[in-house]
Amino acid sequence: MNVLFLIVQQTMFFSIPLLIVALGGLFSERGGVTNIALDGMMIMGAFTSIFFINQMQATMSGQSLLLIAILIAVGTGAIFSLLHAYASINMKSDQIISGTAINMLAPAFAIYVARMIQDNGIQQISFNNTFRISSVPILGDIPVIGGLFFRNAYITTYIGFAILIVSVIVLYKTKFGLRLRACGEHPHAADSVGINVYKMRYAGVIISGALAGLGGLVFVVPTSTNFNATVSGYGFLALAVMIFGQWKPLRVLFAALFFGLMKTIAAASSVIPILATLPIPSDVYKMTPFIATLIVLAFSSKDSQAPRAVAIPYDKGSR
Amino acid sequence: MKRLQKFFMGHSIQRLSKMPGGSMKRLQHFFMSTGFNHASASVFSIIVGLLFGLIILFISNPSQALEGFGIILKGGFSTGAKGTGQVLYFATPLILTGLSVGFAFKTGLFNIGAAGQFIMGGTTAVYIGVLWTSIPAPFHWMVALLGATIMGGLWGLIPGLLKAYMNVHEVISTIMMNYIGMYTANFLVKSYIYDSQMALSKNVAPTAVLPKGGLDYVFYNQMGNSKDLSTVNAGIIIALVMAIIIFIIINKTTFGYELKACGFNKNASKYAGINEKRSIVLSMVIAGALAGLGGGLLYLSGGSGRRIRVVDVLAMEGFNGIPVALLGLSNPIGIVFSAIFISYITVGGNYLQTLNFVPEIIEIIIACIIYFSALSMFFRTLLPRFIKFIKHKKFPEGENIEEGQTQEEGGEL
Repeated sequence: MNVLFLIVQQTMFFSIPLLIVALGGLFSERGGVTNIALDGMMIMGAFTSIFFINQMQATMSGQSLLLIAILIAVGTGAIFSLLHAYASINMKSDQIISGTAINMLAPAFAIYVARMIQDNGIQQISFNNTFRISSVPILGDIPVIGGLFFRNAYITTYIGFAILIVSVIVLYKTKFGLRLRACGEHPHAADSVGINVYKMRYAGVIISGALAGLGGLVFVVPTSTNFNATVSGYGFLALAVMIFGQWKPLRVLFAALFFGLMKTIAAASSVIPILATLPIPSDVYKMTPFIATLIVLAFSSKDSQAPRAVAIPYDKGSR
Repeated sequence: MKRLQKFFMGHSIQRLSKMPGGSMKRLQHFFMSTGFNHASASVFSIIVGLLFGLIILFISNPSQALEGFGIILKGGFSTGAKGTGQVLYFATPLILTGLSVGFAFKTGLFNIGAAGQFIMGGTTAVYIGVLWTSIPAPFHWMVALLGATIMGGLWGLIPGLLKAYMNVHEVISTIMMNYIGMYTANFLVKSYIYDSQMALSKNVAPTAVLPKGGLDYVFYNQMGNSKDLSTVNAGIIIALVMAIIIFIIINKTTFGYELKACGFNKNASKYAGINEKRSIVLSMVIAGALAGLGGGLLYLSGGSGRRIRVVDVLAMEGFNGIPVALLGLSNPIGIVFSAIFISYITVGGNYLQTLNFVPEIIEIIIACIIYFSALSMFFRTLLPRFIKFIKHKKFPEGENIEEGQTQEEGGEL
């Protein structure tokens, strides 16, 4: 039973950042803007918020510090995404190019600034992890479920699920969501009924930046005690999860959970009794999540269809 | 500004028209050509990016900013012929991964998987180089490179097949293949060709090291009586030849035309009788093979060259292929120049550390260059419109210039 608890808890650490960032990518792409800059936005969000934790941890600790850091990560991601939005919406430039530029800029910028402002010029930003909730009051005492979901958890896990629910409601139950999706499918039709395509696309990109920035923080906090200007390519994995989830929030959740579970099994292969005895090298376990994803995709992608207008700059004058 | 326009619009064209017809037409044709237009946009963004770098240097350390900027501009040249050789050595893998990404772009595919293809190619080359010592000398490195190319192609084949027959988005499958390649390479290196003292792959046999190809007579620094050789070798020549081959395939062959047509419109090319599935698979195989060859060329360069590190980090050379391809506008010849340029200022950036600067400034500069090159696409479409507007509004006498132009164009037909 303890192994099961461990697996579920670990799966959350891997899945939740993927879920949050993939949902971010989803908002951008459903609005019609490809966002391969998710990785860069994650790095920027993680950078500013971890630096904030590093500076403030002498005076604050625990959930209040983490919550302020979350706000900072969200804000940074949103502001940073304006670069991408401006290039791809106003300037109608190739969205892959500006995304690539942002992915290059973010880690270089994080290392550069960290080395300029930290004493003795080190690029790692260390922090004390005071954010783990060993047991949520009341809920943690429920048998089985409490052990699975409400012990050794981070508040970010619940925020991730909250974002999922809000995303579903926003996308499918509000005017804004309908308009955003219209801009990603047929922007000229949307424009013809009076929707400001540029504004909607800006909103999509900014939401994706905010969520990606948050995802960066959520990824770093449970898995490390310092930030070294990288999120281990999780932005690209989130992109994959988003396509895996076929641009639909609930499917994205399952894709993220599937991937997180596979990754956990790979990482915990030495403590899982059945797997530990098998003579398989650890590298093979490490690559199983990716192989499994490819296999699942091969059988589930037949009808996969991206938003129709994605990656095409909206030009009012074109037909 | 006004005067400048007058100069360009009136003066220069009138002057040009006095020149003998043929050369004038050719010159005008050159300046109006899209190739020149695109290249000038890239140069423009490089200048803006460098200026941005200068600003960052001023912010971080005003007293040494100009000196630091000089070091960046001097790039690899600041350590003489050897440094120039190093620029070419580090440009070699960038040219090939750039070609890999650029070729895929030309055929409408986005190959993020150059990192996996690259490291698998490199590992295969080193594996053959270390273990297959029974191969006679002149063929050993060739077989190793061939192995690298085939393995890279295989790493591109899988996403190609998945895309063509299973409709799996190539972005996601190449990302997955990156990680699978990284762990496979780590496993192979650790199991068969590991130098555990250095925590690197073993040195390849001398017969598997790429020949210098005469470049050792050019790129060295004299150190007393001995030569301090650069690492550059025949790899750069192979890379240049590959760029020319890819240029010919894309622009001069039916095969290349079919691949490009599939990139533009899959359904239309299917209607025209092109086997679009075959085209997708072959595009990915060629893209993968190029990146794999790049890995072989980087890691088969003898004692002073690079060796494979066993870390859970994707190969940067693969991801750097994306900016190289974008800056080179996916044109094979442009990719050669952009790879050499990026290698040049990166080598220069390493010398920045002598001045208390952080070498990541170079990456910030490259990122800015790419960002501005994205923006410059906008100016590129706007500029001709703007010039036309100016002509009609401000220079009524410009009409006869336009007439002259149309006559010229008519004459050309």
